[in-house]
Amino acid sequence: MNNLSKKEPFKIAVASGKGGTGKTTVSVNLQYFISKFWSEKVLLLDCDVEEPNDLIFFPESEITGNKEVHLLVPFIDTQKCTFCRKCVDWCEFNAIVVIPPVKFAQVNQSLCHSCGACIVACNNGAISENKVSIGEINNYKTQIGVGLTEGKLKIGSAMQTSVIKALKSEDFNNAEIIIYDAPPGTSCPVVTTVSDADFVVLVTEPTPFGVYDLSLTVDLLKEMNKTTGVIVNKSGLGNNEVYEYLEQNNIPILGAIPFNKNYASKYAQGNILKNILIETEDFYKEIISNIKKYIN
Amino acid sequence: MQEITILSGKGGTGKTSVTAALAVFAENSVFCDNDVDAADLHLIFEPQIIEKQTFDSGSKAIINYNICTNCGICKDYCRFDAIHFENAVKIFIDTFSCEGCKLCYRVCPENAIEMERSLNNFHYLSETRFGTLVHAKMGPGEENSGKLVTEIRRKAKETAKKQNADFIINDGPPGIGCSAISSITGTNKILLVIEPSKSGFHDIKRLIELIDTFKIKKYAVINKFDINMEITTEIEEFLRIQNIPLIGKIPFDKIMVEALINKKAITEFIPDSEISMIFKLIWQKISI
Amino acid sequence: MKTVITSTGNTLDSNFDLRFGRAAYFCVYDEETEKIEFIENIHSNDQGGAGSKASEKMIELGVTKIISGDFGPKAMELLDQFKIRLILMSDESKKVSDILNLMKK
Repeated sequence: MNNLSKKEPFKIAVASGKGGTGKTTVSVNLQYFISKFWSEKVLLLDCDVEEPNDLIFFPESEITGNKEVHLLVPFIDTQKCTFCRKCVDWCEFNAIVVIPPVKFAQVNQSLCHSCGACIVACNNGAISENKVSIGEINNYKTQIGVGLTEGKLKIGSAMQTSVIKALKSEDFNNAEIIIYDAPPGTSCPVVTTVSDADFVVLVTEPTPFGVYDLSLTVDLLKEMNKTTGVIVNKSGLGNNEVYEYLEQNNIPILGAIPFNKNYASKYAQGNILKNILIETEDFYKEIISNIKKYIN
Repeated sequence: MQEITILSGKGGTGKTSVTAALAVFAENSVFCDNDVDAADLHLIFEPQIIEKQTFDSGSKAIINYNICTNCGICKDYCRFDAIHFENAVKIFIDTFSCEGCKLCYRVCPENAIEMERSLNNFHYLSETRFGTLVHAKMGPGEENSGKLVTEIRRKAKETAKKQNADFIINDGPPGIGCSAISSITGTNKILLVIEPSKSGFHDIKRLIELIDTFKIKKYAVINKFDINMEITTEIEEFLRIQNIPLIGKIPFDKIMVEALINKKAITEFIPDSEISMIFKLIWQKISI
Repeated sequence: MKTVITSTGNTLDSNFDLRFGRAAYFCVYDEETEKIEFIENIHSNDQGGAGSKASEKMIELGVTKIISGDFGPKAMELLDQFKIRLILMSDESKKVSDILNLMKK
């Protein structure tokens, strides 16, 4: 089965558990080489909304779209409120304070999950909702594939998962392949990112932290029934533990990228798509053919 | 008692290695691993667990299919996109997306939805060669990492009070979302671990903007500063303008990874080295 | 004038509780009637918002002074709106009765 003939794009998530293993480097390169060797209709989606930095690697990009992401936050009209406390009972997050003797009713925004339960609970129409901005979605033309779209959490907001959901609900019908650059960790933002991915590329490094965090992510993806393959980045920098782990757990290695201080410096400067080495090209060619193998 | 939190914005800049390196000098301290998603500090600290507690991360809705009529009312109310029709006929709740708000349970006309507590997260109080460590393990894909951070910080604070400790040292999470916010709230000092890359620089600026809404004293170190001198210089200039004291510059050295593989802090692994001296000075500057 | 002392148990012999939102019990002392009452804190184990809930209770009871070991930011903000005095104590070896005696002096 070749998913490219279907209308729904094929989605590859790049995740890691541990931060700083090279998710962004891999995502950016993957898009570049997919556009060259597989399909030009490839989109890069930066789902690390807390710290999106795919854009850094496209210095010649042009912004083509911007939209705000909102969350609905309830507020209570104390003129209409009868202080019955039903909303307080319905709120699972302790976000509503109602004190009948002093006619006080307030929603604590930092505890509110915007689930809407209080509005359903209120029989007096005393609760309505305001739009609060929690982030933005930006589209860029980058000369590669069909460009880059990023989600960006507003500083101070704790609703990163909602921004990721909004980002993924954008219309991407011009893309045949989408690459999700996932946030680090193993909790809800990662789950939200990889939830609809057809294939997950895990990027790790051969250090004890890299291996341990990889194992946490592998456990998560197993529970989510995801197909995965691993890229060992900065190989040669640590020990062999990661290879033993992958063999024991029957997880395919898509490839290994040797550690190279010059490359680290090039990455630091945001220049990985300039003067690409022939080794790098061969390496990603191999990875793409490996991913294609797993699709079929 | 002072609480110091180590943060970076970007992941993988060396927060945990720095925390461990400073732990050697931080006498009479309680340590707390705030990166509950991917906690790594215990790999160096080798804790002996004394106390294990379950963290209740809330509940998840489940459908009792013996009663459910597949009317779909719950689906219309759910704002988390957690309820779907499977094959267009059978209602299905995706537990990974469910936030446990209980609204579906309340609106279901058949009472076919039950709430199941999620007890898949644990936190621990442990003894280590550096002092007491409070750490946690989240179940895969669990919600509420911010709340778990708050919980273990409270535990660390209680422990520190009992022990009359001088410091609580928090190894922070990456990012600027809920876990980062929970690890910043109420701490006394923040040590920023910055990597001299455009990404590291971009991410630290967003983190600083977040920290500034709390008005907490910041200090900075540049890790692997010699990976890109140009950006290191830019960061130094930026810190100067921001009035953030730069209290150490750590060179890139493969020996940092070797120490890690040997489950040692760099300052234990090669205590008399130049790199260890840099960490000693960092500790002196932040602990006063 | 009502004062609340956070308590680890529901008797005068119980130790002082350093936590406010997560305190096990609230000992409510009415200075006029000299009546002492222990109220269980039903939100002590909630995941979040325990401080707001405890504050809500305090305001509802008409408390004017609270003696505890620590107040979270959300609790402080709310209690401050109602001009409730917060008194910090750090000695958790003290019994609730010891603190009451100190107050009565």
